[in-house]
Amino acid sequence: MRPTFSIIVFTVLSGTGYGAWFLLGLGSAVGPLCARPGTLDGISLQLCAEPFGSTLGLLAGCVLVAGGLLASLGHLGKPARAWRALSQWRTSWLSREGVAALLTFIPALLLLVPALALEFTLLGTSADPVAPRWWMAPFWPQPLRSSIGLALAAGALATLWSTAHIYASLKPVRAWRDRQVVPGFLLLGLYGGALLLLAMDALDGMLIERDRTALLLGVVALAGLGAWLKWRYWQAIDTLPALGAGRATGLEALGRVAATEAPHSEENYLTHEMGFVLARKHAARLRRITLMAGFAMPALLAAAALAWPALRPSLVWTALLLATIGLLVERWLFFAQARHAVMAYYGR
Amino acid sequence: MTALPPPAPRKLGLVIDLDTCVGCHACAVACKEWNEGGQFGPLPDADASGREPHGVWFNRVHSYAVERSAERQPGAAASTCAEGAPALGVHFPRSCLHCETPDCVTVCPTGASYKRAEDGIVLVDEDKCIGCQLCAWACPYGAREFSVDKGTMQKCTLCVDRIYNERLEEADRQPACVMACPTRARHFGDLGDADSAVSKLVAERAGYALLPEFGYQPVNRYLPPRPRRDGTNASAVPAPEPAEPLVHEALPPLLRWLDRALSR
Repeated sequence: MRPTFSIIVFTVLSGTGYGAWFLLGLGSAVGPLCARPGTLDGISLQLCAEPFGSTLGLLAGCVLVAGGLLASLGHLGKPARAWRALSQWRTSWLSREGVAALLTFIPALLLLVPALALEFTLLGTSADPVAPRWWMAPFWPQPLRSSIGLALAAGALATLWSTAHIYASLKPVRAWRDRQVVPGFLLLGLYGGALLLLAMDALDGMLIERDRTALLLGVVALAGLGAWLKWRYWQAIDTLPALGAGRATGLEALGRVAATEAPHSEENYLTHEMGFVLARKHAARLRRITLMAGFAMPALLAAAALAWPALRPSLVWTALLLATIGLLVERWLFFAQARHAVMAYYGR
Repeated sequence: MTALPPPAPRKLGLVIDLDTCVGCHACAVACKEWNEGGQFGPLPDADASGREPHGVWFNRVHSYAVERSAERQPGAAASTCAEGAPALGVHFPRSCLHCETPDCVTVCPTGASYKRAEDGIVLVDEDKCIGCQLCAWACPYGAREFSVDKGTMQKCTLCVDRIYNERLEEADRQPACVMACPTRARHFGDLGDADSAVSKLVAERAGYALLPEFGYQPVNRYLPPRPRRDGTNASAVPAPEPAEPLVHEALPPLLRWLDRALSR
């Protein structure tokens, strides 16, 4: 299959955004967890915060999700009609993805807009910074905030699930029918999302202030799992037998069937879209790049961040950038190495 | 709606004879010509006379050589007559098979792709299509092509604007590809009706569906090449069973002579 830039960017960026939203939604659902009471300048205090909680993380998730969705419009022949894609959720995974993607914005904005408003209020006014306003999110009563968080996590998971099933449900692309595809999309989304949250925490100083051990350990674990899943997927698709012209034409019982003449002398839509032939000599190298940049190095960097808290900001940003490059290459391979059944008619 | 309609008794489709098809591409050209001006047209070509022409065709004719390795005598030299039987040339027109349970319909997010309940024809409503191309990805037969010029998908309509067209003579109410075929290798009819001419042809010639393992249940059928006089590919194509067993010895003399003469 031809690796289309808009779809690669969409699945990687939105996947990362929804992964971050999933974690933040879970955090809001769980509610604030309090650290052991301590003392600061002789005043006893107790810090309480939602796990993963970060306004910047919510915002970055929003930017990536929206950017990815906009990029996906670039794949359409008639982008202005995209709204029609929301209608057939009963049968179409693409439609389900669209519905889930947009619905998830509701809980995300319910958490984001008031949080942003609070930040701006705190920045802007010195006199009475915490005068309660109706939009002040952090003041959603906890049961309601938990429900919004749960809706956000569920929506993000549903979107990733639907995206994966768009590909996993296509019978003519046998590589995508592999068992590894759906867990892969979920896992890589979560992995990117966790790195994104860490990088955002680095921006507003929380990475050092707050305990992010769990998130860093999570990144290491997800990287390991992700690499293992991709390895298994590549092993599986490398051993898929070719469909062949004999099977495609139904003439195999007569003997060995070889295509002697194509129906057209030039490329057509099918050969262009489905007949993408990856220069095989690069496949192994691109897989190594995916494993190294996408998983191994970010995992090492996250482990280093555990060991040297002071270096965390630069370490997690490097990890995020490397992982993004790795995931883009991974997604490119996901398309480029998947063969479509129709090419059997062309003897390719 | 992209949900599939309940199974209907009427299943319009094509039966394509791979024995008589000579690969002249007349069906493909006639299809292109009709649909360029028909209800579902135009079928624009980009750079038609230029260096890299491309455009949508609903019908594509492939050619294959079938090397009859199955008939090789073990131990025979490569140059012997039995071994050197020429490869079988098969021309293979490929178009939409108007499947009974096609994924190209159900994956469509907009409802542009649909299967008609009354006759099973699979169509694209180009006013609703957003050009996401997922239907083309879902089709193993390559029946759908994306028109770069129109930004939407286009596909074989089984000439729905011909077959019901009362302005045409009744004999002309057939798909353009069927009308154009100089060897009558293409047949159009109701494959849901066991008594129709096409259904009988399929039964008689062991017509088969393409890639049934995908589970889309194609309606169109392909008739395999007939066995050659030298007996090759006889094994692959089961000889049609006589409808009733005929015991030669039990016949009256005149009919026995006729049977012998006709069996020659």
